[in-house]
Amino acid sequence: MISSAGAASGAVRMSADHLVCVRGGRCVFSDLSFTVERDSLLAVRGPNGAGKSSLLRVIAGLLDLDAGAVRIEGLGDRPQATAIHFIAHQDGLKPQLSAGEALAFSQRLLGGDGPLAPILAEMGLVRQADLPVQFLSAGQRRRLALARLLASPRPIWLLDEPMSALDAAGRDLLRQILERHLAGGGLAIAATHDTLPVAGETLVLRAAEAGAAA
Amino acid sequence: MFASANPKRFLDLTAPYEPWLWGLASLLIAIGLWQALLVAPPDYQQGESVRIMFVHVPSAWMAMFVYAVIAGASLVSLVFRHPIADVAAKAAAPIGAVFTLVTLATGSLWGKPMWGTWWEWDARMTSVLVLFFLYLGYIALWQAIEEPTRAARAAAVLALVGAVNLPIIKFSVDWWRTLHQPASVFRMDGPTMHPAFLWPLAIMALGFMVLFTALLLLRMRTEVMERRLRAQRLAAAGD
Amino acid sequence: MTPILALFRRDLTLAFRVGGGPWLALAFFAGVILLVPLGLGAAPGQLAAVGPGLLWIAAVLAVLLSLDRLFQADYEDGSLEQLLLADAPLSLLVLAKCAAIWVTTGLPLAAASPFFAIQLQVDEEIIPVVALSLLIGTPALTLIGAVTAALTVSVRRGGLLLSLLALPLFVPVVIFGAGAGAAAASGLPYGGALMLLGGLSLFFLVIGPIAAAAALRLHLS
Repeated sequence: MISSAGAASGAVRMSADHLVCVRGGRCVFSDLSFTVERDSLLAVRGPNGAGKSSLLRVIAGLLDLDAGAVRIEGLGDRPQATAIHFIAHQDGLKPQLSAGEALAFSQRLLGGDGPLAPILAEMGLVRQADLPVQFLSAGQRRRLALARLLASPRPIWLLDEPMSALDAAGRDLLRQILERHLAGGGLAIAATHDTLPVAGETLVLRAAEAGAAA
Repeated sequence: MFASANPKRFLDLTAPYEPWLWGLASLLIAIGLWQALLVAPPDYQQGESVRIMFVHVPSAWMAMFVYAVIAGASLVSLVFRHPIADVAAKAAAPIGAVFTLVTLATGSLWGKPMWGTWWEWDARMTSVLVLFFLYLGYIALWQAIEEPTRAARAAAVLALVGAVNLPIIKFSVDWWRTLHQPASVFRMDGPTMHPAFLWPLAIMALGFMVLFTALLLLRMRTEVMERRLRAQRLAAAGD
Repeated sequence: MTPILALFRRDLTLAFRVGGGPWLALAFFAGVILLVPLGLGAAPGQLAAVGPGLLWIAAVLAVLLSLDRLFQADYEDGSLEQLLLADAPLSLLVLAKCAAIWVTTGLPLAAASPFFAIQLQVDEEIIPVVALSLLIGTPALTLIGAVTAALTVSVRRGGLLLSLLALPLFVPVVIFGAGAGAAAASGLPYGGALMLLGGLSLFFLVIGPIAAAAALRLHLS
């Protein structure tokens, strides 16, 4: 069995306190507060342009906050960036590398030392392991991107539309790895329009208020 | 929020002085030109063409000064995230580029009677030409990036990299001249300057400085308005 | 260290799989050198005089063309976000990418430059100086170019803009690089120019990755 429990040990907890994000003179969200407890999933919902992706990017440290703070407890000495997985819209895969090479690179980049063959097997990518990514279908690429979550154990998963391009079997895989991650004390935040396969709390973002920053 | 309120307050504060700045700049430049063209004696070596210097030298000073302003504003913008700083840096760049162009053009005009050619790869002229390309790149980068905060930070990084490089460029170009043509050509200005030239030069330099300040404030006002327009359009689209 | 070496190896692998590794830069370099006598004429002594400078200009063009995709491909496919979450500072990861691209452009150009110098009838005694100057100076070109490539990473068709930003910053490198060869050709001491060139490469080894990392960060926000 592949376990991410080791990584998530020392259970983390995240609290966001009155977040404000302004981009290009437009207020993306303001006064946003929430907490995510260990072993729980937060689903972020809302219409296009409501700031779902921006919120994930803020937590990942890619985007600066204009006010407020995201606090993560239970990391110990670990730098925040190395505790976070971010699966963005794009899969972040090089078309010319094989699936196996891509996963191996990701593991060396993000840390972790577990064997990769069982992960590829679990994600249903054994036959594709030696195939360049450019020959993979969109769903297979998404599964390969999700395989990163298992290759490098990190306690916080940020998933931007994780269900996109996944078929029923793929969604079931996502459910399995999410459940195992949460059971191991990790936490996850997913921005989505769909119903997530795992139960969790929901945060609804509203469309930005016009003129707030003008 | 403060993203636009701060620059606006700054411009409200400066608005009453702007007409005075324009008047002062016109007066200084008029006196300077009168002194330079009619009062100052012709140079014993350069003849009447020395009068070009009264435009050329202050322009060259301004070309460098404005780049220093941009670099300073960029540093403030990156460190303190003060929005007025990147508005100032953006507004200053085209003015500096024009001063640089005037330096190159007057240098070329002066070079024709002095050197017998419109363009001489003289160390100073070459350095100023490189500076002109730094300005062009800086302006082009502002133009190329749509989102203002992102453009501001990118331009600030470029301005600082350019500022760090300027002394190296200057040094390398001087080295290059000694390598390729050790004979020193006639220098435009030097340690010995006739006092009759000093006053008109100082007045022109001051006039250019005031003109720059007036132009800068005007351009900053325009830039702040453009940003508000942009924000309003974004807000309108967001409904 | 692992993430940095991994990125270096990945970029080298990609360079060989996509662009044919060093061969593309070399072929381009050879093509530019071919145009020189066709454009300038090949009167005796004429090529030799301009040879060192032309090799440098060809190297600048080759480096500029290689920089276009240095960060842009990673930016477009989402790999750049992963680099920011890596267990290593972004500036060192940038350095790894620069090293990989230098190994497939600057290094082979410097290594092959004696052959092209012979083609340009450069004096045999000067050829080692020219090759050495390229070896010492091309890292500075790559590192400066990395900053401008990072600044323009989100600009579509940013290659031209990248070049406009980089060219004035290349001035000292080209002056000391080509100057070393020119000084050697006129029997002047050239050691100083090579030292200054090395100084520039070291200087940009520090400044370049930091500035490029800052530029990449702001484009991801």
